[in-house]
Amino acid sequence: MEPEESPSRPLIDDIHSNGDVGVDEPSRSKRPIISSGEQLDVEAYASLYQGCTKIMRLLFIADHCEGNPGMRLEALRMAYDEIKKGENTQIFREVVQKIDGKMGPDYGMDSAWCEMVDRRAEQKKEKLDNELNAYRTNLIKESIRMGYNDFGDFYYAHGALGDAFKSYVRTRDYCTTSKHIIHMCMSAILVSIEMGQFPHVTSYVSKAEQSSEALDPITASKLRCAAGLAHLEAKKYKLAARKFLEAGPELGSHYNEVIAPQDVATYGGLSALASFDRTELKHKVIDNDNFRNFLELVPEVRELINDFYSSHYASCLDYLGNLKANLLLDIHLHDHVESLYDQIRNKALIQYTHPFVSVDLRMMANAFKTSIAGLEKELEALITDNQIQARIDSHNKILYARHADQRNATFQRVLQTGSEFDRDVRSMLLRANLIKHEYNLRASRKL
Amino acid sequence: MGSLEALIIQIQGLSSSAGDISRLHVILKQSEDSLRAESTRLSAVLNELDPSTHSLGYLYILEACTSAPISKEQATTLVPYIARFISYCVPEQIGVVPDKFISVCKRLKDQVLLLGTPIRGVAPMLTAVRKLQHSSEHLTTLHPEFLLLCLLAKCYKTGLSILEDDISEVDQPRDLFLYCYYGGMICVGQKRFRKALELLHNVVTAPMSTINAIAVEAYKKYIMVSLIHHGQFSTSLPKYTSSVAQRLLKNYCQPYIELATSYSTGKIAELEAYVQTNREQFESDNNSGLVKQVVSSIYKRNIQRLTQTYLTLSLQDIANTVQLNSPKEAEMHVLQMIQDGEIFATINQKDGMVRFLEDPEQYKTCEMIEHIDSSIQRMMALSRKLTTIDEQISCDPLYLAKAGRERQRFDFDDFDTVPQK
Repeated sequence: MEPEESPSRPLIDDIHSNGDVGVDEPSRSKRPIISSGEQLDVEAYASLYQGCTKIMRLLFIADHCEGNPGMRLEALRMAYDEIKKGENTQIFREVVQKIDGKMGPDYGMDSAWCEMVDRRAEQKKEKLDNELNAYRTNLIKESIRMGYNDFGDFYYAHGALGDAFKSYVRTRDYCTTSKHIIHMCMSAILVSIEMGQFPHVTSYVSKAEQSSEALDPITASKLRCAAGLAHLEAKKYKLAARKFLEAGPELGSHYNEVIAPQDVATYGGLSALASFDRTELKHKVIDNDNFRNFLELVPEVRELINDFYSSHYASCLDYLGNLKANLLLDIHLHDHVESLYDQIRNKALIQYTHPFVSVDLRMMANAFKTSIAGLEKELEALITDNQIQARIDSHNKILYARHADQRNATFQRVLQTGSEFDRDVRSMLLRANLIKHEYNLRASRKL
Repeated sequence: MGSLEALIIQIQGLSSSAGDISRLHVILKQSEDSLRAESTRLSAVLNELDPSTHSLGYLYILEACTSAPISKEQATTLVPYIARFISYCVPEQIGVVPDKFISVCKRLKDQVLLLGTPIRGVAPMLTAVRKLQHSSEHLTTLHPEFLLLCLLAKCYKTGLSILEDDISEVDQPRDLFLYCYYGGMICVGQKRFRKALELLHNVVTAPMSTINAIAVEAYKKYIMVSLIHHGQFSTSLPKYTSSVAQRLLKNYCQPYIELATSYSTGKIAELEAYVQTNREQFESDNNSGLVKQVVSSIYKRNIQRLTQTYLTLSLQDIANTVQLNSPKEAEMHVLQMIQDGEIFATINQKDGMVRFLEDPEQYKTCEMIEHIDSSIQRMMALSRKLTTIDEQISCDPLYLAKAGRERQRFDFDDFDTVPQK
């Protein structure tokens, strides 16, 4: 592990040294971690997951890593192997088409296997159907529930996600204990995440959390992660961060049919950085023992959060840049990478200028590793948006903090309100007069 | 012939007291037709009467003179008579037949326009307006005529003096529409955009049962003045606008609404292109002057935005941000804005830098205190007026009848003497 930074280092040096990372701080060794600046190790990445999500993630990587045919073929190969272990012939056909014979005869279309699987599926379906009908005539609740559950599992394994969801939801009427309800909710959540229908996820999470019995910690963690994913998808980064941070370390790899603990750390860390203010960041992320266990798995995210908090913006933004390419390959995060990064960068800029009365733009550009002109443009946007209260002295390249004069502003507002009142009341009286006139006209005509 | 002489003697005789005036009025009404028949001779007769003492009679005769269509030569002789009459006449006698007075003044306006010298009618019309009004808050039919003459004669300042009055009594809704529309145009001419916006707003939001052309034209100008003054325009009209206006005004003013959307993007090139393509439309509406002002206001707005973010900025940067062609042009724009008082800045020509300053108003001077004090007094007077009107309406029998009819009856003890129709 990295040695802690010496707390006695004078602050001035810190600010000046933002620009030169290698001079004052010990060099950071590059570790062979999954989400580092180096290329994503597909095999290691995929080993974190299992089940349907593994296949989905591999296919996503294959679709989105342009310019890297090696990684693409690797991902497709692993997807092929994984699919062969399962029973989803539809996906199999898609993968074979994508492979397009580039990996030799071993990875070509295996029609015999497809037919066998399909036939087996038909038989199984018939059997399940008969069983379910028998149970339904017998009206034994528990068996009917099991029957629908088996149907749900069957459809899920064959990739018919809509039918799987419907079957799982049907078990609801036959659930007797809260354990059953929780089981149903978990299966529904799993299928909904797969389908990408996150409103369902939120509703089933709340349903499960309302159950009368206390949930065991692993299930509770799973539910929080699912809720976090739903919020992330809905771009509610603050809520997503809060949910991810509440997930306990017992989660481990128990939920890797949906999410890996590294993901919890990454998603939680980045959304917290983009949406929390300083106190919340310190309290909930940095001092949070539970979450620390997750952050250990992705030290880069941990380092970048610490850098942001201690105002080492250059290295923080460096880390972010390194992570970007790999985060774009993540199935849940890729839509949000740009906006999260923009928010983090803006927060860094605002935080940098906050404690000062005047800031030399040259030093700031150095700290953020950007040109002065570019920095001016970014600051202009933030000032216009009223996120920074300051003005730029473009001649000397200094940013001056500007605090609005309350007294003058109050006088101005008072005079303006007065004139608006005046104008509005006068036009109101005028309109009333007109209406009265029209009314009198009509009344006199009637008489 | 004889009857005319007799009439004149009666006018001269019966113009002294109020009772005489009313008798004279009756006589004059009866002789109206005969007067009209003799319209050619009447101008000679006018010399025998004095407009200040015999205003009523003079008025009747004038009205008969001008009732027939007038040629240019006749107009040249008549105009001075009418002008002299207006300046000397007595409001009490005029007040007996306001309609005749109004029609005489309108004919003055027509004749002045016929002669092509609207400026001759401005001063007489101003006097006429003042004499016809009951109070300074009364809007007469002559107000819009006066404003029209001011517009045509380009005497905007005189027009402004009338516009400073608050209006609360209106004779005819049509007068109000025209008054506010012309008034808005005069204010635009004097670059008093706030007042213009207020007047045009009154036209657009006035109660109307059917859409009228004045409101449509006013809306077009309203859009443009709103862009110039506020830099933005929202198509939603306030709740108190009539439903007819809310629904239909937009349909007639489509090119202007698109102008507003193009303006809000802030891209000058696009705005100018749009103006170019729709030039004929704007010209046919006589709005090309305003459109030019809209285009120049977008530069001003962009420069004003810069004052919020920068303390100093080079002229070159200003030119680049605001999409002007050269620093010289930027300097001219900034200079103009400083002179107009729209921004506070100093230009350093040696460095080519502009330094933006805060508004130096500290709200500590005596003038400011007086201004605030007078505003407070004004507000209080308005409030009192509002309360009085409210009380008046609550006592109005029509209102009580309507409110009483729709009141719930709860029990027999709930008895009161409000009339039920």
